[in-house]
Amino acid sequence: MTYIPHSPKERDAMLVTIGVKSLEELFKDIPAKFRFPDLDLPPALTEMEAAAELAGYANANETSQTFVSFLGAGVYNHYIPAAIDHILRRGEFYTAYTPYQPEISQGTLQAIFEYQSLMTSLTGMEVSNASHYDGATAVAEAANMAYAQFRGKRSKMVISPTVNPQYRATLRTYTQGMSLTLVGDDAGANLDGGPETIERFIDEETALVVVQYPDFFGRIYDYTQLAESTHAAGALFCVAVNPTALAILKTPGEMGADIVVGEGQPMGIPMSFGGPYLGFFTTLKKYIHKMAGRVVGETVDNRGQRAFVLTLTAREQHIKRERATSNICSNQGLLALASAVYLSLLGQTGFHQVAELCYHKAHYAAEQINKLKGYKLCFDTPFFHEFSVCCPKPVAEINAHLLEHGIIGGYDLGQDYPALKDHILIAVTEMNTKEEIDLLVEILEEVSHD
Amino acid sequence: MNIPTNLKYSKTDEWFDPSSGAMGLTDYAQEQLSDIVFVEILVSSGESVKAGQPVASVESVKAAAESYSPSSGEVSEVNEALAEKPEVLNSDPYGAGWMVKLKGGTASDLMDAAEYEKYCSERSH
Repeated sequence: MTYIPHSPKERDAMLVTIGVKSLEELFKDIPAKFRFPDLDLPPALTEMEAAAELAGYANANETSQTFVSFLGAGVYNHYIPAAIDHILRRGEFYTAYTPYQPEISQGTLQAIFEYQSLMTSLTGMEVSNASHYDGATAVAEAANMAYAQFRGKRSKMVISPTVNPQYRATLRTYTQGMSLTLVGDDAGANLDGGPETIERFIDEETALVVVQYPDFFGRIYDYTQLAESTHAAGALFCVAVNPTALAILKTPGEMGADIVVGEGQPMGIPMSFGGPYLGFFTTLKKYIHKMAGRVVGETVDNRGQRAFVLTLTAREQHIKRERATSNICSNQGLLALASAVYLSLLGQTGFHQVAELCYHKAHYAAEQINKLKGYKLCFDTPFFHEFSVCCPKPVAEINAHLLEHGIIGGYDLGQDYPALKDHILIAVTEMNTKEEIDLLVEILEEVSHD
Repeated sequence: MNIPTNLKYSKTDEWFDPSSGAMGLTDYAQEQLSDIVFVEILVSSGESVKAGQPVASVESVKAAAESYSPSSGEVSEVNEALAEKPEVLNSDPYGAGWMVKLKGGTASDLMDAAEYEKYCSERSH
């Protein structure tokens, strides 16, 4: 689309129409001294000088490109095939926003449709929306959906203490003012136990039960029993997942989940200092009218050709107003596309291989660390690619030492869980070589002697 | 447009049958909404409602609307079948498309068929 600015002649015509003499007169309400304030800027740079200065700032960042990283806790360092960026940057796709004149954008709609299809097969669910901002907001939208499902008549939500602390914080932000009670994750909550520890909170007042899979400590539990207890109380069961783990694990759909959400970042999206990311949201067909967000559907046009449309839009807030499940229908179009391209490029076999590499490398690392004097794996529950270790020294001290050796250490669990002081959460992905893992183990041992 | 003479009508396009206590969307309303794909009854049996209170939420392919109670009273019955077959609101708005039945209340100031027909024709211009 060509952007045509107004010509001086057109501007004059507009000024005459509204009876204003000049453009300056339009701004007369702003005191003259504020119209062109002296910004006190340094002398202008040439493009070459500006590029050098900005590169200097950028190079001050230490990243996973220059360091070895064992940091996870919700965001993971995975390989991103070069073809993803190439496809994303095509002019036809390179707008991150949801289409306002959707049917003219058949390519965008088809990409979202493919994304939705991939998400439902990954999670074992029936329908997916076009995405949310990130994993945390997707969890919060699950709460909105459950609230709407029971028309506000069930006022309690049960959330496992082993759901990512940032997701729990976002959930509280979204639900404040909804007269909901969020229970299950108070500071003294039992972290050693499995899913059964939150079962006692579930009752007839409960709208939603939220767990994470693998949980924040990397542990894998089968939630089938908890899903059954949740349904027995008439509530909805939501599982927040790591998509990479689903390549090799039983799906939450098979466990009886009603809603499966998660952070899409591990699927072809750079860590880039915290975002932008991708929240995926899938559920069962019977709840589609209560699901937030946009949905792309497949149909045929008036010539019988396959075509894509935004469907069931009357659910959305621009039509349904205060009765809509959520006041957000934006999606992360570009990042949903990145994930769809990532999964397509890897294929089922490739994605499975990534998950297996993560699993085996993490288990090798855990085994080696567990042998070190002073270090001990916190839990003996099966885990995926992340595990918690009890350390002989404060985590901050250990991480500072690792950084000196070019290693970004793990996540300090003590900052969210006072009971887990001196506990580190270590993530290992396909990006970590055996040599890097051995170096990590070596430095950890060294630190314990200091 | 079908406007049965035995029913009463509200300005928000609900019909009300004073003899059975049933209420629903008028033929005019279903036509304006076009294909209805979802309906949710917002009240339950035994609940008491006020006249003008939302009793159902309806979504069509192009719009969403609410239906308001044309009368006060207690909900004696809810049409559970609508959840599975919302399209009957289009095909049989005065029959299978009834939404809830009310008892023991006072109807609002409703129109008769002739008044409602005039009301609809005025709006179509």
